[in-house]
Amino acid sequence: MAILLIAEHDNQSLKAATLNTLGAARRLEGEIHVLVAGAGCAAAGQAAAQFEGVAKVLLCDAPQYAERGAENLAELVRGLAANYSHVLVPASAEGKNLLPRVAALCGMAQVSDVVGIESADIFVRPIYAGNALATVKSIDPIKFLSIRTTAFEAVGVAGTAVAVETIAAGPELGLCKLVGRELTRSERPELGAAKIIVSGGRGLGSGDNYRRVLEPLADKLGAALGASRAAVDAGFVPNDFQVGQTGKIVAPQLYLAVGISGAIQHLAGMKDSRVIVAINKDPDAPIFQVADYGLVADLFEAAPALTQAI
Amino acid sequence: MKVLVPVKRVLDYNVKVRVRADGSGVDLANVKMGMNPFDEIAVEEAMRLKEAGVVSEVVAVSCGVAASAEVLRTAMAIGADRGILVQSDADLQPLAVARLLKAVCDREGPALVICGKQAIDDDANQTGQMLAALLGWSQATFASKVTIADGQATVVREVDGGLETLAVRLPAVITTDLRLNEPRYATLPNIMKAKKKPLDTLDPAGLGVDVSQRLITLKVVEPAKRSAGILVSDVAQLLEKLKNEAKVI
Ligand SMILES: Cc1cc2nc3c(=O)[nH]c(=O)nc-3n(C[C@H](O)[C@H](O)[C@H](O)COP(=O)(O)OP(=O)(O)OC[C@H]3O[C@@H](n4cnc5c(N)ncnc54)[C@H](O)[C@@H]3O)c2cc1C
Ligand SMILES: Cc1cc2nc3c(=O)[nH]c(=O)nc-3n(C[C@H](O)[C@H](O)[C@H](O)COP(=O)(O)OP(=O)(O)OC[C@H]3O[C@@H](n4cnc5c(N)ncnc54)[C@H](O)[C@@H]3O)c2cc1C
Repeated sequence: MAILLIAEHDNQSLKAATLNTLGAARRLEGEIHVLVAGAGCAAAGQAAAQFEGVAKVLLCDAPQYAERGAENLAELVRGLAANYSHVLVPASAEGKNLLPRVAALCGMAQVSDVVGIESADIFVRPIYAGNALATVKSIDPIKFLSIRTTAFEAVGVAGTAVAVETIAAGPELGLCKLVGRELTRSERPELGAAKIIVSGGRGLGSGDNYRRVLEPLADKLGAALGASRAAVDAGFVPNDFQVGQTGKIVAPQLYLAVGISGAIQHLAGMKDSRVIVAINKDPDAPIFQVADYGLVADLFEAAPALTQAI
Repeated sequence: MKVLVPVKRVLDYNVKVRVRADGSGVDLANVKMGMNPFDEIAVEEAMRLKEAGVVSEVVAVSCGVAASAEVLRTAMAIGADRGILVQSDADLQPLAVARLLKAVCDREGPALVICGKQAIDDDANQTGQMLAALLGWSQATFASKVTIADGQATVVREVDGGLETLAVRLPAVITTDLRLNEPRYATLPNIMKAKKKPLDTLDPAGLGVDVSQRLITLKVVEPAKRSAGILVSDVAQLLEKLKNEAKVI
């Protein structure tokens, strides 16, 4: 049977998380169909047809999918799911919002945050803030999987494009309306896709300090900016900067934790980074237990000095 | 208007779990348990709606072992009017919990359910969305601000790129994110009062819900440990290591 992957896109192109999810889908047996649902999303459908491993694109272009609300999308996917052995989404805010709704409509379980695929029905997922890894077997006929994108390589583009099939839209349920979006604008790389992340915690003391100390460092390194929950709660930076168990899960080549103590919940979001650097004035801070390179220093001296030296 | 708040008993967020050596699961014997932090936020939000006169009754529901009654008492100490324990010793997975909660909703007829966005033990982040699906209600997940007026909820949601505002028709399911509010502490008089509030006990069979497992845990292991790193003496040495040893910049 085939595998259905629900693409995340901006009508023009696929979001990076979808490419990692495709990487996960390729570990399963069966052809991969990518659903691109949206309003005015034909370009994204064409884009999806280019990627390695994709056998077919299902394009559903209708006004009820413009806002990407879970209610209408779940109804659409429910109608398609019976033809598939697996339904995959990235474990992003959108995927997390959507997939449990689809699974419940089908009366089946979901496996969240899959980090390993052992066979068609056996999956590995972190529990307890990543302090344990559970191997679970799903006995449902359709496996609904949200994929932790840091655990799978993104696929590249293939030489040729596959067919894009237009499918009929589902109903407009009228349950929910988008009032507005307030998205953080930034020239910097996306947290989830960045090779280097500079992350700041409560130790920065204020939003002004955060910007003054960390932005130049991030600029020099071409890095994305992240933060601990404490820094977000204190209003230093917007919510979408939060790294951790209940924020974003990241695994860059280099993660620089500045003025972050290293609470379990924070570590859950970054401990799979390839190289971790911690700058903290407290030699007993737990962050040093996971850091490859630790510098016990006042961040207000060390971070600008590092920026200068690079 | 009545609000239902599902609250889950989980290990305390400060406890670092130990994985059992035989791979059968994590060791929860003698560890501190309490209410899932996101559910404390949910109870607090329900109380604020009640204090604002939007809500008339707050009912806390927990599904699980008999000891889950403790988190219902906590919810009632924060202010919930009564508690419902759906008692079961089974391993309750999100779909089973959502089905139990749906059955409770069918009996109670709330106009709003406020769940936590995820439970910090299993980290599934599913139950609220599943419940909304089973009820055919709208859903507003990861809420950081909730306003209710004229039969609709206006909810600011935390999404990957920032914030999104939705208007959802009631009845609806809302799930809480961290910045929705800061839960109050239960005062001693309120803890005493909570002991006298009504707590009903139901069971899955009585609600006509099959709670059998759909996911079978084969093993639970500890993730690979990071090998301990080194302390560098200064910025120059740090930069040298990053360039020549780690080769990341
Ligand atoms: C349900 C729940 C979910 C959570 N989810 C998350 C999550 O997803 N992500 C997350 O990050 N947290 C999360 N938390 C919060 C987490 O428990 C910690 O409170 C938080 O990570 C602490 O942030 P911090 O390290 O910035 O602050 P602190 O723990 O206060 O640490 C600040 C650090 O800065 C250092 N410092 C101060 N001044 C200087 C200086 N001048 N120079 C150098 N170092 C300095 C200090 O030594 C200290 O180590 C969650 C908590 C709960 C209960
Ligand atoms: C004794 C025991 C052993 C278990 N062992 C395992 C195991 O080995 N592997 C495994 O995968 N699972 C196990 N579980 C189940 C697991 O702990 C979760 O209860 C279940 O998977 C639900 O996931 P979640 O809580 O992460 O849901 P989420 O979807 O993350 O929860 C979101 C929200 O839903 C509500 N909610 C969730 N559960 C309840 C509840 N019980 N009562 C009231 N409201 C609730 C809360 O508002 C919560 O904030 C076990 C459970 C028990 C009781």
